[in-house]
Amino acid sequence: MLGMVKAIGTTLRAAFRKPVTVQYPTEKKDLPHRSRGFPVLLWDFEKTEPFCTGCQVCARYCPVDCITVTMKDNPKFAEGKSKRKKIVDKFYLDYARCMRCDICVEVCNFDAIVMNNTWEGVELSRYDRQDLVMDLPELLRQSRTGDLEDPFREPMGVAHSGWAPKAGEEDEQAAQAAQPAAAAGEAAKEGGEG
Amino acid sequence: MTLKTEPFVVNVGPQHPSTHGVFRLRLTLDGEKIIDADMVMGYLHRSMEKLAEERTYTQNIPFTDRTDYLAAMTGNLAYVIAVENLAGVEPPERAQWLRTIMSELQRFASHSMAIGIFANDCGAWQTPVMHMFRDREKILDLFEMACGARLTTNYMRIGGVSRDIPPEFMPTATKLLKDLPKRLDEYENLLLENEIIVARSRGVGVLTAEQAMAHSVSGPMLRASGVAWDIRKADPYAAYDKLDFDIAVGTHGDVYDRFVVRVAEMRQSLHILEQALEMMPEGPVNAMQPTATVQPAWSAPTGPLAIRPPEGEAYARIESPRGELGFYLISDGGPAPFRFHIRSPSFINLTPLALMTVGSTVADAIVILGSVDIVVGEVDR
Ligand code: SF4
Ligand code: SF4
Repeated sequence: MLGMVKAIGTTLRAAFRKPVTVQYPTEKKDLPHRSRGFPVLLWDFEKTEPFCTGCQVCARYCPVDCITVTMKDNPKFAEGKSKRKKIVDKFYLDYARCMRCDICVEVCNFDAIVMNNTWEGVELSRYDRQDLVMDLPELLRQSRTGDLEDPFREPMGVAHSGWAPKAGEEDEQAAQAAQPAAAAGEAAKEGGEG
Repeated sequence: MTLKTEPFVVNVGPQHPSTHGVFRLRLTLDGEKIIDADMVMGYLHRSMEKLAEERTYTQNIPFTDRTDYLAAMTGNLAYVIAVENLAGVEPPERAQWLRTIMSELQRFASHSMAIGIFANDCGAWQTPVMHMFRDREKILDLFEMACGARLTTNYMRIGGVSRDIPPEFMPTATKLLKDLPKRLDEYENLLLENEIIVARSRGVGVLTAEQAMAHSVSGPMLRASGVAWDIRKADPYAAYDKLDFDIAVGTHGDVYDRFVVRVAEMRQSLHILEQALEMMPEGPVNAMQPTATVQPAWSAPTGPLAIRPPEGEAYARIESPRGELGFYLISDGGPAPFRFHIRSPSFINLTPLALMTVGSTVADAIVILGSVDIVVGEVDR
């Protein structure tokens, strides 16, 4: 009998506790900085173009093959406005297939792709699965409009080049990073043709 | 006059709330007594082992989250240790401690789920499990803080962990550790001496030590039968050899003892966490980082995502919340494993199910199945 009394006591005490839950759609918990929503691409405001060079490294390392990406010559490079020789042409990411594993983010040498750490990165309901295949404008939208306020960018442990943005140095470093990008892009292209 | 009776077959599952997933139990009954129990598995078969042969060693890590989805951290850990054995990498010290901390947090989260669901099976529908969920959520918050995901963590990496914990992790974890013992007291008040739970589980589903060992049962189930066997002590990995903790053992091997052993293990987990948070050194968290002091043994010009361990085979085992989780890998020198095998504790712990259920009643079968604490994702893989 004692056990029952104890159990009822616990239950009674619980009745007077403050609830730990929040009323979700109207009230949202703060997501931690590292929160991993679906991946999105970042917009380079300096050069008004995406960071992504279309190097296809992410497409190759994605465990479930949900990324398709192609590259093109960067018209801004010819005009001398950007140091990126190559730039992303088309980018498709199938959110219906992505398992949010973070690997594409870790392998990207240009920090062009991040895991979305806003609620918008997880609240994705669509009537058609086809609508979950995101294209380049859709993937860049949040970063471009500034909705993605503070994406988590870090020189990742494993496969990362070690590039870390420092205050004031970001532009220079990005430009330097763009050089091997072009080389990698060339190689990827050759590989694709061969 | 005698009534003519004949055995009656009842299907529990595959879609039944008490089978903890898509698992089917075919019971042959004589009245209320079970005279035969047959397990039908494979409804959640996702061909993990074959999929892994197509993917590189790092690409396989997120798949190990999804075998035992209630304990993704330990799934990751067993796999990366196997790859490290294969490739001859030594993770840095801090990574070992982070692995230990994450494993123990995961054990607490998984066990709280196990005992909550067990109370569910005993008929305490949803109320106790909500108490446990509250604390499990706090632990999942910690995981999210460290790696970004709550359930499918993908945190461990070959050569360490994916990234260091953020600065806010330590204070939050320390605060949580102060809180959790009180919560554990609450669980105990709620369930441990509760007469209904005791009546439902004492002497039910008994597995003697000999039977348990004969069926290769491991984890809390084996320890409840009185065998003090814990991989953390028997074959230490990560930083367990530097920690002080006890193995919780039961005496009767019945359902109640399994429950008690799990609660005792949660206490030990907290004890381990307290020590680990204190003893964890500073330093690099991955042997592959440019700043790492430990250089990888192989040369990988294109980065560790394309590692090619030398030809050979390796087996690594750890104490997952459910028991001995092992990964067996064969490398043929290529970028993907030639053979990838999971020794999943859920599957092996299920094998003596017929032994435990035959002779008891239908209602007991549900409680016994609950006490095994299976994750069907891991049973079927
Ligand atoms: S790895 Fe980075 S730069 Fe290369 S295609 Fe992917 S997102 Fe773009
Ligand atoms: S998060 Fe993982 S599954 Fe999703 S696109 Fe990136 S690599 Fe592929």
